[in-house]
Amino acid sequence: MNLGLSILSLARFQFAMTTVFHFFFVPLSIGLALVVAIMETIYVVKKDVLYKHMAQFWGRIFLLSFAVGVVTGIIQEFQFGMNWSDYSRFMGDIFGAPLAIEALVAFFMESTFIGLWMFGWDRFNAKIHCAFIWLTSIGTMISAMWILAANSFMQNPVGFMINAKTGRAQMTSFSAVIKNPQLWVELPHVLFGAFVTGSFVVAGMAAFSLLRKKNVTFFRKSLKVSLIIGLVATLGVVAVGDLQTRYIIKEQPMKFAATEGLYKDSGSPAAWSIISGMDTKNHKTNWSVEVPYVLDILSYHKLSGNVKGQNTINKEFHAKYDKKFGKNMNYYVPTKTLFWSFRVMTISGGLFALIAIVGLIFNRASSDLIMRQRWFLWVLGICTFLPFAANTTGWLITELGRYPWVVYGLLTIADAVSPNVSVASLLISNIVYFCVFSGLGVVMIVLSRRALHHGPDDLLKAADDAPYDPYGKGALSHE
Amino acid sequence: MSNLQLLWFVLVGVLFSGFFFLEGFDFGVGMTIKSLAQTRAERDVVIHTIGPHWDANEVWLITAGGAMFASFPMWYASLFSGFYLILLLILVALIMRGVSFEFRSRMESDAGRNFWEWAAAIGSFLAAFLFGMMFTAMVKGMPINAHGDMTAHFTDYVNLFSIVGGVAVTLLCYLHGLNFIRLKTTGTLRARALQWAKPLYWVLFAGEVVFAILLYFNTDFFTKKPISTLILVVVLVVLTCLATWGVYGNHEWLSFISSGLSLIDVVVLLFNGLFPRVMVANNSVNSILIKDASNSPYTLHLMTVIALSVLPIMLVYFIWSYWVFYKRLAS
Repeated sequence: MNLGLSILSLARFQFAMTTVFHFFFVPLSIGLALVVAIMETIYVVKKDVLYKHMAQFWGRIFLLSFAVGVVTGIIQEFQFGMNWSDYSRFMGDIFGAPLAIEALVAFFMESTFIGLWMFGWDRFNAKIHCAFIWLTSIGTMISAMWILAANSFMQNPVGFMINAKTGRAQMTSFSAVIKNPQLWVELPHVLFGAFVTGSFVVAGMAAFSLLRKKNVTFFRKSLKVSLIIGLVATLGVVAVGDLQTRYIIKEQPMKFAATEGLYKDSGSPAAWSIISGMDTKNHKTNWSVEVPYVLDILSYHKLSGNVKGQNTINKEFHAKYDKKFGKNMNYYVPTKTLFWSFRVMTISGGLFALIAIVGLIFNRASSDLIMRQRWFLWVLGICTFLPFAANTTGWLITELGRYPWVVYGLLTIADAVSPNVSVASLLISNIVYFCVFSGLGVVMIVLSRRALHHGPDDLLKAADDAPYDPYGKGALSHE
Repeated sequence: MSNLQLLWFVLVGVLFSGFFFLEGFDFGVGMTIKSLAQTRAERDVVIHTIGPHWDANEVWLITAGGAMFASFPMWYASLFSGFYLILLLILVALIMRGVSFEFRSRMESDAGRNFWEWAAAIGSFLAAFLFGMMFTAMVKGMPINAHGDMTAHFTDYVNLFSIVGGVAVTLLCYLHGLNFIRLKTTGTLRARALQWAKPLYWVLFAGEVVFAILLYFNTDFFTKKPISTLILVVVLVVLTCLATWGVYGNHEWLSFISSGLSLIDVVVLLFNGLFPRVMVANNSVNSILIKDASNSPYTLHLMTVIALSVLPIMLVYFIWSYWVFYKRLAS
């Protein structure tokens, strides 16, 4: 049976599917860990028990997200060996190290302290308990650092040589791998993006509850905390995004040209296309709505300068790589996807900043404007989902913009795939993951909605009675 | 073979040992959710015995996989792409049981709780069984070509030897889980775990004898390393005797430590037999050797420095978290 499927396309689809799904929960967990940690810190400082309940309540969403993030993360680690064994052989000397360090340094920290946090409410004083969520939160961020160190090498290989005998990449300088400039624009962008995700999920869910007019004080205070974090994080993500853009235009001009839908060189001064009609077959732009000078401002913070188009870069790449790899390759990246992804991502960023500011004004303590402007609560509610679109489109740009490379300029995607895995195996695994992810996604949404629907009533009530804790003092017996 | 390569072969073995010792009882406890525990309250208790720990225990597996990648990428690439479908099932099993504990606690109906209890029990069973099966098949020898790619057929993974290996590991994990429950609970659960362990230990003895015989016929362990293999098999039987004594004499710590050490002994037995290879090929010229499979001395040196400086710190808080929750749970 020939379905016209190749192991390469199936393995690529699987990588996209598993990574996108995993990366719903990664930024959510990193972000929620920080939001919950800040809430619990406010409780420790102000000694206002409302903030303890806040940390506990939003902690429930965090724990759900964390559980799904952990289990989908194991697939990521196994996948390099399962689907991309020739990649693993080529890159093992460099790629394995950050992965192992991530597990050793970050995963043990996160998983141990989250266990202590979950089950330790009655066993530790407030300050020590608060330290647990901070250690979990820091663990999640360290984890991001190591996995992005690995990704940054794939985007911009540094500190290595190619072993002439084995043909494999070999690390020559660990410090160069860590100091990779790609990492230090990518990591802050991802972290701020994660904080935006965590805070806007809390803000959006709080808004849904405010629409139902339940536990108004609790949710308005949650909204305030999350929107302040959200605003700071949005400003951070935009600022770092700007740094990253100016870095990408130098290091990966093809990726940048595609996000702007440029085929021909822009000439100076460069106009920015808000939207364009692109002909990806003939490599030309048919029409576009342009704003003069803006592309130069974005790219160089100047009012002049040429931005290279994909056609020029394609020619340069043919000259640079064709002979080296002994094949005539296509260097055009999926332009339309990158172009529209970039717009979804940046427009989301702008919206987050605007909504956070308006929200904080509406929600100020002296006014109940927020309760009367129901349309705004709906807008906020929709913002629960927007960060996921922004994160996903961001990664689509980063990863698809690397085409045709798996390691930029060193190894093509086609040479990375496992040669011994059959189409049938890959088809089965794709179907299985698709079903598992659909199921997990539905359960996640249902359980998050349910947690929100019940609200924090049980926590507020339980404050009077002793809470049930299997490890609490009363529940335990000594021999 | 350099000292660093040898060290990392041992370290990968240590990480897998840690994984089987710790996640071994997690898998066992997971299986008891739908066997030993008979009421909702009992199921709550057995889940709570591993509640704060199972996630960190599973990190031993992730670290073992990462360490394998960071030290022997040829091994990692060949093993993971070769045992594709088994690993896919293992992943599904780990996903199901991984989310089940959190999801079960949110269920409001008995049917919902029941579903996730089964997910935990079946996931735990499958993970233990399939890991046993995979490692048994790995030491038996698989069709591997000169590039290191394995193209195995159904009977290469699924045969009498690998099934017995899978059953043996499952049984070891189950008993290890019962021994853990004996340490962590009181009352009827504790008594029932003891009761159930008694007959199962006799089944385990029988299983170990069958496994040892099959090991003799299916691997080159006894011909290439007769003395060390024999010693390790004897140690396995001795540890099982000690655990049985711990059951009949009601020494809970003795049983638990012995069942944990017997899982480690199985890992050592397999790694000892593998040495100096990392993958055994049917055609012995294609077996992948430690000396050819590793990363450069630079990376191995780097990883050694990092691992040896981080591991002690990590072990301190890891063990501390057990000490924090070291108390029996009332039924």
